[in-house]
Amino acid sequence: MYGYIIRRLLLAVPVLIGVSILVFAIIRFIPGDPARAIAGVNATPEYIEQVRRELLLDEGLHVQYYVYFTNLLQGDLGRSTFTRRPVTVELMERFPNTLVLSATAMIIASVIGLSAGIVSATRRYSMFDNISMLAALVGVAAPVFWLGVMFQILFSVNLGWLPSSGIGTWKHLILPALTLGLATAALIARITRSSMLEVLRQDYITTARSKGLIERVVTYKHALKNALIPVVTVMGLQFGTLLGGAVLTETVFSWPGIGRLMVDSILNRDYPVVQGAVLMLAVLFVLINLVVDIIYAFLDPRISYGNKEVE
Amino acid sequence: MSAKNKADEICKLPTPKRDTEWTLVWRHLRRNRLAMAGLIVLVLFLLIAIFAPLLTPHDPVITNLGNALAKPSSEHLLGTDWLGRDNLARILYGSRISLAIGLISVTIGMLIGVPIGALSGFYGGKFDLFIQRIIDILIAFPGILLAIVVVTVLGVGVENVMIAVGIASVPIYTRLVRGSVLAVKEQGYVAAAKALGIGDFRIIIRHIMPNCLGPIIVQSTFQIATAILWAAGLGFLGLGAQPPDPEWGAMLSKGREYIRTAHHLTTYPGLAILFMVLGFNLIGDGMRDALDPRSRKHR
Repeated sequence: MYGYIIRRLLLAVPVLIGVSILVFAIIRFIPGDPARAIAGVNATPEYIEQVRRELLLDEGLHVQYYVYFTNLLQGDLGRSTFTRRPVTVELMERFPNTLVLSATAMIIASVIGLSAGIVSATRRYSMFDNISMLAALVGVAAPVFWLGVMFQILFSVNLGWLPSSGIGTWKHLILPALTLGLATAALIARITRSSMLEVLRQDYITTARSKGLIERVVTYKHALKNALIPVVTVMGLQFGTLLGGAVLTETVFSWPGIGRLMVDSILNRDYPVVQGAVLMLAVLFVLINLVVDIIYAFLDPRISYGNKEVE
Repeated sequence: MSAKNKADEICKLPTPKRDTEWTLVWRHLRRNRLAMAGLIVLVLFLLIAIFAPLLTPHDPVITNLGNALAKPSSEHLLGTDWLGRDNLARILYGSRISLAIGLISVTIGMLIGVPIGALSGFYGGKFDLFIQRIIDILIAFPGILLAIVVVTVLGVGVENVMIAVGIASVPIYTRLVRGSVLAVKEQGYVAAAKALGIGDFRIIIRHIMPNCLGPIIVQSTFQIATAILWAAGLGFLGLGAQPPDPEWGAMLSKGREYIRTAHHLTTYPGLAILFMVLGFNLIGDGMRDALDPRSRKHR
């Protein structure tokens, strides 16, 4: 198991380096003069020249990347061309907000998705099953930003129960987290249902039932643990979709997170901040997948053994 | 009767109708009510996109400030926007943009991703390793983020959104096709084709790809839905279609400023996105079941 974890950690290293190359390339691929694009439309020729020097744009690409990468390792992501503050400071101010939003959304998604999926599977073709699966179909198809606006209209404008945007109290968190979590909940519900149905057909479930175990024990102790394996994978992958969705949700609810910072920076052509935000979201996603893979190996020991056999 | 005459007689007999794989798939699909509902929704959207000018007397772009933010009425069934343009007309014309983005971006993703995946799976070795590490890096960008990155580099606009969303779907196709090719290339008929001295290119096109078609079609149906959602998201963020184009995501974004007075500007474009995406997803679900021999047997 430890060998598997170490191997998985080592595999993440080239991916992270690759991500840094791609993020580095964002500025260099901008059509026209990158220095002018970064300095802004109204920049003086002197300032454009300063940006060119700071980013070593006259040097070869390998020199530029070497400097970028060594700075990155020291936590230096450059300065915002808009606020002139270090990008790392900008990101660190926003990061906890994105983390709180995504984590809360994931918790909501897991609770709703798992319970709806389990109940649907155990009461197949019941009214609850039909309604929840229809809701799941709609939940996957509904654009997250539209859902957010609909919640604002209903809960903030019409009912006045919750604040429509901003940050501060727990009340501010409810609508954005619910908006962000529902699509994932829908997907988790569908996967849980089909996975549970698959497991409930297995022989060892019949054996458990024929031993006279009560249905609750069969469902939760025998079936659920095995049914959870594909669900955990989907949850890990969904975290990526969720982080992508956070960009939209944060914009709808004026939630000061990394996603909103990124969008504002793109519109302001503040490329160093765009790079930083993209890098942070990608690295976060890689790390989450790493954790999911390790959890997966714990849930299903065949995975780490399987890898050993290949060696 | 001579032997020749007998043979002629046999040739004249009608050949027994054999069900092809696709006939079976269609027959299965037709019985799936949800998939048929999805198909009807999509055909409706297609008709709307083609015949939009015949369905509404209003122009989606010409402004009429005297009639701004009008509530839904018999003249304007879904009201008007902040510039007095008919909301329904903009939604009807908007289906052209969303369908075009969905179809074109998926075509771009397929044209790049499928050949790379096929070659990667077929040749294996160092080439495969190299391609897969690049795909690992692209997959490290969650969901819509890769599309946002590409738009940042290329600049905003509908054409760039198509390219961006297309590029963002390349890794999905590469992985999918590689997996299918790996499974198919070990089959006996591929070994037979190789033994006959048929060239690699021909083997891939004639013998391997037809067997990977099912997963590609299913994935593409879902991918169009995702592309439409991503493109609307980019439009919503101000990175997609630009005014005065009636793009649903952008309409919704601007409509947000009027949620207290004119919520029809946000409700209906969102519903349009939802139904179009739902249509593709339902067909995708149906196709997946229909192409899976296991689930066909269950019925």
